[in-house]
Amino acid sequence: MTNYEIYISWLTIVRKEIQRFMRIWVQTLIPPSITMVLYFIIFGNLIGTRIGEMGGFTYMQFVVPGLIMMSVITNSYSNVVSSFYSTKYQGNLEEMLVSPTPNWVILTGYVAGGVARGLAVGTIVTTLSLFFTDLNVHNFAIIAVVVLMTSILFSLGGFINAIYANSFDDISIIPTFVLTPLTYLGGVFYSIELLPDFWASVSQINPVLYMVNAFRYGILGVSDINVGLAFAVIVAFIVALFSFCLYLLNTGKGIRK
Amino acid sequence: MNYALEIQQLHKTYANGFTALKGISFKVEEGDFFALLGPNGAGKSSTLGVVSSLVNKTKGKVTIFGHDLDGDSNAAKRLMGIVPQEFNFNAFEKVQDIVIQQAGYYGIERNQAKLRCEDLLLQLGLWDKRDQAARTLSGGMKRRLMIARALVHQPKLLILDEPTAGVDIELRRSMWAFLQHINAQGTTIILTTHYLEEAESLCHNIAIIDQGDIVENTSMKTLLRQLNTETFILDLAEEVNELPAQTGYSACLLNPHQMQVTINKGQSLNEVFTFLSAMQVHVTSMRNKTNRLEELFVNLVQSNQTQLKGV
Repeated sequence: MTNYEIYISWLTIVRKEIQRFMRIWVQTLIPPSITMVLYFIIFGNLIGTRIGEMGGFTYMQFVVPGLIMMSVITNSYSNVVSSFYSTKYQGNLEEMLVSPTPNWVILTGYVAGGVARGLAVGTIVTTLSLFFTDLNVHNFAIIAVVVLMTSILFSLGGFINAIYANSFDDISIIPTFVLTPLTYLGGVFYSIELLPDFWASVSQINPVLYMVNAFRYGILGVSDINVGLAFAVIVAFIVALFSFCLYLLNTGKGIRK
Repeated sequence: MNYALEIQQLHKTYANGFTALKGISFKVEEGDFFALLGPNGAGKSSTLGVVSSLVNKTKGKVTIFGHDLDGDSNAAKRLMGIVPQEFNFNAFEKVQDIVIQQAGYYGIERNQAKLRCEDLLLQLGLWDKRDQAARTLSGGMKRRLMIARALVHQPKLLILDEPTAGVDIELRRSMWAFLQHINAQGTTIILTTHYLEEAESLCHNIAIIDQGDIVENTSMKTLLRQLNTETFILDLAEEVNELPAQTGYSACLLNPHQMQVTINKGQSLNEVFTFLSAMQVHVTSMRNKTNRLEELFVNLVQSNQTQLKGV
């Protein structure tokens, strides 16, 4: 295929993915928005006013960046895992496998779909958060890069989950038992400075901590960890997961007999 | 000679240890209408699965118009279109979106894809359904949608895995006419089917696969010539209660209005009619008792299975 044909093929997958989540927007865009509004009301307003300041900001200001990242993470992941698994389950993945579309184009096409949904939900949640607090942007470039890389990373995670999944139950196991605990323990609701030294050290093996803190730095200008280190960790995870996804596609694991 | 498909020593053993293909080899000439037949579980779908890149082969070589499926898979894939046995499109998508998307996977621009989609849907009688979700189509329409999807990138080789399964006879015949039309225009076609009448009337060459081995690979004419006897059913004008004694062929009465006649290869039917005319038995119509290819197919498969049991 020429580079232009590869571009057309990639665009076809991305368009299909965006049309898919837009067609079912009541299931894909509205529920995470409602959930986050509830978080803003309960954690930010009701409980947050009793907690007081955290990291020099009101609790609502502190928690909003984490909640935005949480919505980006879960939606990027769930978009790819549900879409790719459905494609595999219904058999229409074969449409791509019989075509000359290279495997890396299939992968980046699905990841772009996951990123699009992550960004769409992130934008909606950010807009809704403005009804509850003021957001002072400290560094817009950091915000944009962290959101983009985080959604890429979790889209890749969703892709791996979809390849290994053999039933619809399998695509909810990882979000429930891995993704949710990592997100909740990744500094969304608290600063790890509040933790005892041992648990603060343990928290540093959680990749979500780096994303949440880098994003919070972009908005508030404060972070529990070094932002440069956060970028390095995110890039390392993206490279590792991307390579693993390509390996799975090239060997046909879970998609070819 | 140019070959659309060449399969050499193709082996496939699945993860559970089942060997579906035991080193099969065959060639399909460019422009051919080729039948790949075999009983259920013989290895037809595994063969087509490897050719379409949906099944990883254990060993062997597959080339499409001279392009190695391993070394030059992009060129090979671009030249073929696949119509699988099972419906495998997104049932919630619109008919034309399915076809246009497939064109996109081959790098065809959207505007051009729309034109090709319109042309194919018109030819296959689906244009009126273009904005309907695929799940609302009838079984026959879904089959035609899969043919349109497989043809949108204008492949030189079209592979159809039981394309008329569950399709009514009228629609089946219209699909035959369509396939004959595109074959006449130069598209090589490989077909698997359980309707042997379909293979006999459409295909020029044939391979019969059984238990992972090719048991016959020849032209349809040569294969049909192998038939040693042929059985006909004759409809009689008047009621006949007892058949006159005859020589040279075997005959029996099925009922007072029908008789069955079996003649040997090379024997003329004229002898039968001359004899019957002399006996004042008048025939109004006749037909083959079974499809000729079906008779041969059953014989070949049974003989292969007997040999394997003997080994």
